[in-house]
Amino acid sequence: MNEKLLQIIIDVADELNGDLDATIPVDRREEAPLYGPQGVLTSLGLVSLVVGVEQAIAQEFGISVTLADEKAVSHTRSPFRTIGTLAEYADGLIQKAN
Amino acid sequence: MGSPVTLITGTRKGIGRYLAEYYVNRAHSVIGCSRSPIDWELANYDHHIADVSDETAVKRIFLDIRKKFGRLDNLINNAGIASMNHVLLTPLSSVHKVLDTNVVGTFLFCREAAKLMQRRRYGRIVNFVSVATPLKLEGEALYAASKAAIITLTQVLARELAEFGITVNAVGPTPIETDLIRGVPKEKLDRLLERQAVPRYGTLEDIANVIDFYLKQESEFITGQTLFLGGV
Repeated sequence: MNEKLLQIIIDVADELNGDLDATIPVDRREEAPLYGPQGVLTSLGLVSLVVGVEQAIAQEFGISVTLADEKAVSHTRSPFRTIGTLAEYADGLIQKAN
Repeated sequence: MGSPVTLITGTRKGIGRYLAEYYVNRAHSVIGCSRSPIDWELANYDHHIADVSDETAVKRIFLDIRKKFGRLDNLINNAGIASMNHVLLTPLSSVHKVLDTNVVGTFLFCREAAKLMQRRRYGRIVNFVSVATPLKLEGEALYAASKAAIITLTQVLARELAEFGITVNAVGPTPIETDLIRGVPKEKLDRLLERQAVPRYGTLEDIANVIDFYLKQESEFITGQTLFLGGV
């Protein structure tokens, strides 16, 4: 697990918690549910999180990634289930961009 | 809130260049782009060389805006190309070129701009459409259809982005004397002007006037609209 990336996502989620009705339990770190049957985010909340993470990745790694690409949307097991699955998915995109 | 940060596409010449100068003169920080280099410069204006349908190049522009300004207030999607041909004489390459620049380009800039604007819960997006769509101009099937797509894009994005405090509107100029209509026969243009309520060529000032209205902070309740000039 890319610890730096994980922390970036946790920070974005934490910041977002101030704006959202549902609260992402960021203290559960990788296990924190995001979107889906067990998730806490509305579709709009997911949009804000995805955009926030893309921008944080651009800032920290200097790389532009698109998290909601066709692959992510068509995944049978969505990468947006938990902070951990999102971190893993984003890490793959960053590796590919490098 | 500091001087507004305004991004305008297609600023090398014509309407785009005029708008770049116009908003710099109104104390905006202006960022522009075009496919080929510009032969002019301006204080408080940054230029990027980019094809508006190239996702990587577009993302690079937004990365730069984020680094330099940390925000974006206004996006003016001016870049566009026309293709004037009878449908039976229109090559497929023209179809791709027109759709890429007009539809894909507008879409990409709207998407990336909204990502930057949503954090501050504020943004103004203005798209360019054309009277060619409501007038159903013969010989411009492709161009008119691409602009029809932008009208629909404008209407749907207005709804999707309202929650973020972002308005999305469109302006539809009549013919004005720029490169886009060079090569159109005079009789055809005269016939076109006759179909307007006010039968004259549009001016750059006419267009800026509409954009000013959309960009105003007070226009937060105006979104999803398309305004055609000349009474079309």
